[in-house]
Amino acid sequence: MSDQDHKIPRTVPIQSATFSNPINAEIRRAAATGIYDIRGGGAKRRVPHFDDLLFLGASVSRYPLEGYRERCDTSVTLGTRFAKNPIKLDIPITIAGMSFGALSAQAKEALGRGASAAGTSTTTGDGGMTPEERGHSSKLVYQYLPSRYGMNPDDLRKADAIEIVVGQGAKPGGGGMLLGQKISDRVAEMRTLPKGIDQRSACRHPDWTGPDDLEIKILELREITGWRVPIYVKVGGTRPYFDTALAVKAGADVVVLDGMQGGTAATQDVFIEHVGLPTLACIRPAVRALQDLGLHREVQLVVSGGIRTGADVAKALALGADAVAIGTAALVALGDNDPKWEDEYQKLGTTTGAYDDWHEGLDPAGITTQDPELAKRLDPVEGGRRLRNYLKVMTLEAQTIARACGHNHLHNLEPEDLCALTMEAAAMAQVPLAGTDWYPGKPGSGY
Amino acid sequence: MSQIDLANTSLRELNATLQAQKGGDNQTAWEILNPRGSHALAVGLDAPIEVTVKGHTGYYCAGMNQQATVHVEGSVGPGVAENMMSGSVIVEGDASQYAGATGHGGLLVIKGNASSRCGISMKGIDIVVQGNIGHMSAFMAQAGNLVVCGDAGDALGDSLYEARLFVRGSVKSLGADCIEKEMRPEHLDLLSDLLTRAGVDAKPEDFRRYGSARKLYNFDIDNAY
Ligand SMILES: Cc1cc2nc3c(=O)[nH]c(=O)nc-3n(C[C@H](O)[C@H](O)[C@H](O)COP(=O)(O)O)c2cc1C
Repeated sequence: MSDQDHKIPRTVPIQSATFSNPINAEIRRAAATGIYDIRGGGAKRRVPHFDDLLFLGASVSRYPLEGYRERCDTSVTLGTRFAKNPIKLDIPITIAGMSFGALSAQAKEALGRGASAAGTSTTTGDGGMTPEERGHSSKLVYQYLPSRYGMNPDDLRKADAIEIVVGQGAKPGGGGMLLGQKISDRVAEMRTLPKGIDQRSACRHPDWTGPDDLEIKILELREITGWRVPIYVKVGGTRPYFDTALAVKAGADVVVLDGMQGGTAATQDVFIEHVGLPTLACIRPAVRALQDLGLHREVQLVVSGGIRTGADVAKALALGADAVAIGTAALVALGDNDPKWEDEYQKLGTTTGAYDDWHEGLDPAGITTQDPELAKRLDPVEGGRRLRNYLKVMTLEAQTIARACGHNHLHNLEPEDLCALTMEAAAMAQVPLAGTDWYPGKPGSGY
Repeated sequence: MSQIDLANTSLRELNATLQAQKGGDNQTAWEILNPRGSHALAVGLDAPIEVTVKGHTGYYCAGMNQQATVHVEGSVGPGVAENMMSGSVIVEGDASQYAGATGHGGLLVIKGNASSRCGISMKGIDIVVQGNIGHMSAFMAQAGNLVVCGDAGDALGDSLYEARLFVRGSVKSLGADCIEKEMRPEHLDLLSDLLTRAGVDAKPEDFRRYGSARKLYNFDIDNAY
């Protein structure tokens, strides 16, 4: 080598932003297997979210309420429109529908225990209602899904509310999947299918299509349950203005709107990452639909998809939601992705925080599994206690913010309490970019 | 025999009255007059009563039925006897789409024709159609028996699980993973029993049996579209 060679500056190795290591790894995986990647969880890519909003707090023109001392209510009533027995919750944070099958019976029991102790509701999922969750949930919402697995009128009449699932944020337009590994005898029997086969949940309801049919379906469910319980309609975030308006037109008491960060038990990665709207982008159009119909607050809006903290709760409510629902965060509270299982995550080829093969049934934390030995690792009583604590902390956090903004009920939070850190968030949430009085698309602003 | 006239009774009153009937009551026979295509008629019943509907109904007649016998002296709209658990529903006329959808048990007899998606996602119900059935019938059907005395439309039994399909006439086409299967003696017995219970005069030997090839049971990329 000559002296000259030593003097020529060299380029450093540069990784491609387009062909990144994860992308290349996926190309190699696809090339080796011929099958798309299936996983659990929600969108992992960064999208505009509640983190991109800030509360303004009190000032000369608005005075705060005394923390801890002055009352700041958190209760919410869902289903006031048509149901004889609306659901009264102490806190505006509910547990989202997650199926027995996807989750162990212990996990379902823990969710019921935690939610009940916190004064809120939990929700069944694809696969029907188990006695464990009915027994341990003071308020249980029964999902009515396209698959109708385990669907029966006795359970329907035991429910405190019915949630007609049109779609989910993780996979709007997609059905469900429960792979054979997770089909135990009990799961197979509840779903009337042979053990060990992959179970597909249809993406469309078998006996209705479109809003006019939905109206008649809702009538039927009300007639069967004597107009006693509220009927929710859950949609994935895609066309929130129209979906909300159509659900309301069809007679829903409550609209549940799930954004793309929302978790799932199992779906194609390409679906999770590339279909649907971020949660933040869903709320204002849905609220506008309710306002245009003169039914905001009369038909309640429950928002889900990436809710993690009391700040997220407060922001969703400030944008006009009546309540939120949590899925993934509740599982994390129970022990999902806990560092104490790191050795086992390593053996599964992953690491704490990244474990998402919930469909495989090998969950070290014993939550997304039907393996009796793994499932035993989760103590439903302890899990319930942890969930209650977590729900309590989120509520306290939301109250802290509401008081700082001068509100004596979480529902008094409003868009005027917020500003946005980015143009995208400002446009989606329709609140001013921090330090300005402008957001993209603001009426009269010319943009 | 008690009569309820929908010309002067609300749907809510009608259903509440029928739903309040208990097994031991004397009053077991009910007649519904002037149904005029109403939706959600006689839904959620849960007692061994007999209900006769004198005319045509709309969507979801006898939906989620348990124990009751519902006899419709007319034609029915979409989703008749959807998610039925037990009992029986007999339709004198024709049925629209999704007849017997997701039904878990009981017997649904349609004396006329049934439209598309008859027996979709059925989970244990027995359905006997004396006429023809439309396309995509028994789609994703999981369990139970579908008997068709006439012809079946396109894509019969697409993505079928364990339901058994018996057709006397022609089948326009079979759906993905649905194949013709051998009619063994136990199937002839089963069919004979179903035909008798449905009051149909037909010979089991004249039918052909269709079922799942079970090739879609575990995900295989070669089966994907
Ligand atoms: C393990 C798991 C199972 C789920 N199962 C169902 C289900 O059966 N039905 C349904 O409507 N949504 C289901 N979901 C979606 C949740 O109801 C909810 O929409 C979502 O989890 C909310 O987003 P988050 O996880 O970010 O809180 C499931 C989610 C998870 C994580």
